Amino acid sequence: MIRVAVQPSAIDVAAELDLHDAGGHGATASFIGRVRGEGDLVELFLDHHPALTGAGMGELAHRAADRWNLAALTLIHRVGSMAPGDTIVLVLASSPHRAEALAACEFLIDRLKTDVMLWKRERFADGRAAWVEPREGDHGRAERWD
Amino acid sequence: MALNLSYFAWVRERMGIAEESVALPAGVTDIASLVAWLAARDERGARAFAQPERIRAAIDGNMAAPGAAIGGAREVALFPPVTGG
Repeated sequence: MIRVAVQPSAIDVAAELDLHDAGGHGATASFIGRVRGEGDLVELFLDHHPALTGAGMGELAHRAADRWNLAALTLIHRVGSMAPGDTIVLVLASSPHRAEALAACEFLIDRLKTDVMLWKRERFADGRAAWVEPREGDHGRAERWD
Repeated sequence: MALNLSYFAWVRERMGIAEESVALPAGVTDIASLVAWLAARDERGARAFAQPERIRAAIDGNMAAPGAAIGGAREVALFPPVTGG
């Protein structure tokens, strides 16, 4: 089962895990990305493309399913306005064996940062706002999977 | 030829609009020449597209290189490098 979602509403991690686990898989690896509260950040805004963001995530999910033996995969990205502590992204990958679940989970979060149409803007307590620049390290991590 | 353009993140902010329909002049045949034309068209275009190396593009939903042809395209999206995850 592959579940992919792009949503402006809060990600309910417990409910998503229940849904994902319904099949009783051997091993589930998870990644939960949350908004960092450092540096007086008051808002993180995620811009996205109404069609292509979800399509890109779906393509990534299918690439992972082709590459590893996965029993279930959940890939959810929140978009719009978020506050420190909010969950931005949830990746759940399940397999009969842990190595494949862990590898798929890491692949998905690395590639999400470089391959999917999402843009972060940070706003701070003093009113400053800035679009986040891509990090070289993210591309290095993503290219390991080529 | 009419083409729909959509803008995202700081490209949208600098353009002041999310999308528009344009009639392409002769000679605008690929992403690179489209970006150059938009940069020369007006002041907001100059602000958004001053650094073409920082612009990424998708043609009808598929990521496209600067040399990709836009003849026959319905929609071109222009945006900065992505920063999700």
